Amino acid sequence: MTTSLPDPQRRSVITGIGAVAPNGIGTDAFWKATKAGKSGIGRIQRFDPSIYDTQLAGEVDGFSAGDYIDKRLMVQTDHWTHMALAGAQMALDDAKFDPEEHDDYSMSVITASSSGGNEFGQNEIQNLWGKGPVFVGAYQSIAWFYAATTGQISIKHQMKGPCGVVVAEGAGGLESLQHARRSIRRGVETVVGGGFEAPIGPYAITCQQGTGLMSTASSPEDAYRPFDAKANGHVPGEGGAILLVESLQQAEERGADQIYGEIAGYGATNDAYHWGKPAPDGVQLARAIRLAIDDAGVKPEGIDVIFADAAGTPEADAIEAKAIKHGLGHHATEIPVTAPKSMIGRLYAGGAPLDVAAALLAMRDGAIPPTVNLDKPAEGCDLNFVTGKAKEGKLGTALVVARGYGGFNAALVLRREV
Amino acid sequence: MRRSAVTGVGVVAPGGATRDAFWENITAGRTATRKITFFDPEGFRSQIAAECDFDPVAAGLTEHDRRRMDRYIQFAAASAIEAIEDSGLQLEELDADRSQSGVQLQAVDRDRMAVTLGSAVGGTMALEDGYVAVSNRGKDWLVNPEYSPPFLYNGLVPSSLASEVSLMFGAHGPSVVISTGCTSGIDAIGYGHQLIQDGEADVVISGAAESGISPISMACFDPIKATSRRNDDPEHASRPFDRDRDGFVMGEGGAVLILEEMESAKDRGAHIYCEVAGFASRGNAYHMTGLRPDALEMSEAILDAMRQGDINPEDVDYINAHGSGTKQNDRHETGAYKNTLGEHAYKVPISSIKSMVGHSLGGIGAIEMAACALAIENGVVPPTANYENPDSDCDLDYTPITARRKQIQCALSTASGFGGFQSAMIFAVPPELKEVSA
Repeated sequence: MTTSLPDPQRRSVITGIGAVAPNGIGTDAFWKATKAGKSGIGRIQRFDPSIYDTQLAGEVDGFSAGDYIDKRLMVQTDHWTHMALAGAQMALDDAKFDPEEHDDYSMSVITASSSGGNEFGQNEIQNLWGKGPVFVGAYQSIAWFYAATTGQISIKHQMKGPCGVVVAEGAGGLESLQHARRSIRRGVETVVGGGFEAPIGPYAITCQQGTGLMSTASSPEDAYRPFDAKANGHVPGEGGAILLVESLQQAEERGADQIYGEIAGYGATNDAYHWGKPAPDGVQLARAIRLAIDDAGVKPEGIDVIFADAAGTPEADAIEAKAIKHGLGHHATEIPVTAPKSMIGRLYAGGAPLDVAAALLAMRDGAIPPTVNLDKPAEGCDLNFVTGKAKEGKLGTALVVARGYGGFNAALVLRREV
Repeated sequence: MRRSAVTGVGVVAPGGATRDAFWENITAGRTATRKITFFDPEGFRSQIAAECDFDPVAAGLTEHDRRRMDRYIQFAAASAIEAIEDSGLQLEELDADRSQSGVQLQAVDRDRMAVTLGSAVGGTMALEDGYVAVSNRGKDWLVNPEYSPPFLYNGLVPSSLASEVSLMFGAHGPSVVISTGCTSGIDAIGYGHQLIQDGEADVVISGAAESGISPISMACFDPIKATSRRNDDPEHASRPFDRDRDGFVMGEGGAVLILEEMESAKDRGAHIYCEVAGFASRGNAYHMTGLRPDALEMSEAILDAMRQGDINPEDVDYINAHGSGTKQNDRHETGAYKNTLGEHAYKVPISSIKSMVGHSLGGIGAIEMAACALAIENGVVPPTANYENPDSDCDLDYTPITARRKQIQCALSTASGFGGFQSAMIFAVPPELKEVSA
């Protein structure tokens, strides 16, 4: 890598996927469950949730960090970083990409995080306040902060290119992929992108409960019902996905086994309307969608499937439906729309990367996974939702929409053919 | 190639909560490090810090802002208010009467206005306060949400930093927090610069803020012995490059720079401090807190930044060092300057303002870039306070104690952070704006 000035001709493609999701560990398991509409939401097992308003979550059952990383690293890092290290390994394996065969400076790590190493952090604050400052462990300073995951992946795989950590709540996962694209334009060849989140601990749940945006229903089917007439909030989930992003040139030159698709377009906006509520007019979300399709050089009728943000509250769902219609015009109601998040909950920084993974796999297999718990669309949510079972058909282009608390809007266009 | 002009500067720093007060303090060589007053530091290894005497209401925030925003966000918001005012950007909507009267106002297109802000530890202050309340002072693992303070979620997610500033100025462009530990400040400004280069924004409110002087943040650094133990002499505790340095002194604060696409900044007749001539970052892929003695990765970042701006070693008039005051950092950085600038490394004045304002983790990089913009503007090299005893490992010109007058057309700043991140940024007077010296 000699220069870091941008060259817009350098294109970014995704060649590896590593998914760790509440309905499946590993990309194949996640995709099989997602296509089949299998939910991973249940009563919280990690601790006794009885005293919390929200007692359901999408937890990653059966994940064993020791399968992916050694013990020494395990004790230095939070569950969030464990899952991300596993995801990174899976993505590299999937792409048959061996970092040792590449120039250290040509590889970057850019991940999204929204709440860092929650559980580790809670333990250590408890040690501090319950026992005293000398009981705070030496790894608190490197496990809790938002950069822990990027730093550990960079060290584990000897990736010395420009690294990044982006935070934009639920929109951050898409921003990480766009920043991967910016970095590839600047001469980086490989980026470990995506994001993870582990927000299922007593204190993290307490913090989330205050927003009033989570469902308090007791059964998974009643809880997270995006776009449904009985939508009543979301369920939090843990996990995420790592996407291996490469320059098209490198992927072709090394004869990559597969190119899932290109990061073809992106748009990001902020509502700048209210500190905790989305703008009712959806104008900025619609603008993000238009920016993304213009950037990709596609017309609305060129979009074959939409992976929706699916906030799961009546207000936010109606805003998204309105924005999709404004952003894509009269053709919008014909495009299939899905929200596989309905099976796993909202994973904040980890959510959009899993949607990107699902969108890429949907294009590969020609199958759109369904939205679960969507029985009767709410008023205003008159989109062409995919429900019940996966919908088959050829898919060339996918639009992924993501939002974050605080007015963040992002849209990403993926194209199958490069 | 689209370029980024710096047209506004706002600072909240220890010892002075405005740009002018900050500049006066650091050029006078005054240290703002003191015994911690925010909480009783008894029982901590390091009990000193550079605290801001900051009044959010005087800085232009409302009562509701103050209650909702964690302290680091208040720093960023206050800095942004000052920076926008300094830039002269017209943020009011064009009203019909004024445009009819023939007055030309160029309102900013809010859709093209982005926010990129850095922070390493985000809302830890609010999170810690909240935790104490819900956990019965650390007794209960199953914390009780009934005692939650309001706005707790805004503390959990550091994205609040960007969303609050976007909201404050009606900025509808991309909005993002960059959280790469102690390189966050430089990286956030670099991120904004890239948005301008790539045409994703025309104006960026860019910078960083941190408020880490709380028990949990202080306690993080105690066991790894990263912070100074010179508790009996706080004013002289932050001693970058000095032989007797014994760690960094925690600081807090923030700074915001207004970045504008160069041609539009010139067209509106903006005052241009300098431009972002280069930005680069690398990972050392070595250790979360350790630095490789050869400093090759920081050197790579510096060289890349120089190449972008077509900068030769002898063009560098000033180096604003990370200079945290830990044994390994100051050695490492000294090595990186020698690797990249050769003989010129011995001639260029270097300084670490952390000697005066402490190390505000993710915030300091932006404060240091503000110092670079002001150094170029005023033709003054701020000093390294407390530099008294040379260290044989650190044998460059660190501008001890006293500021120096010097015409500065090109300033380099570097940063190292936990995670192994190494960043470099160069501010320079745009060639077309250089005064021809007699």
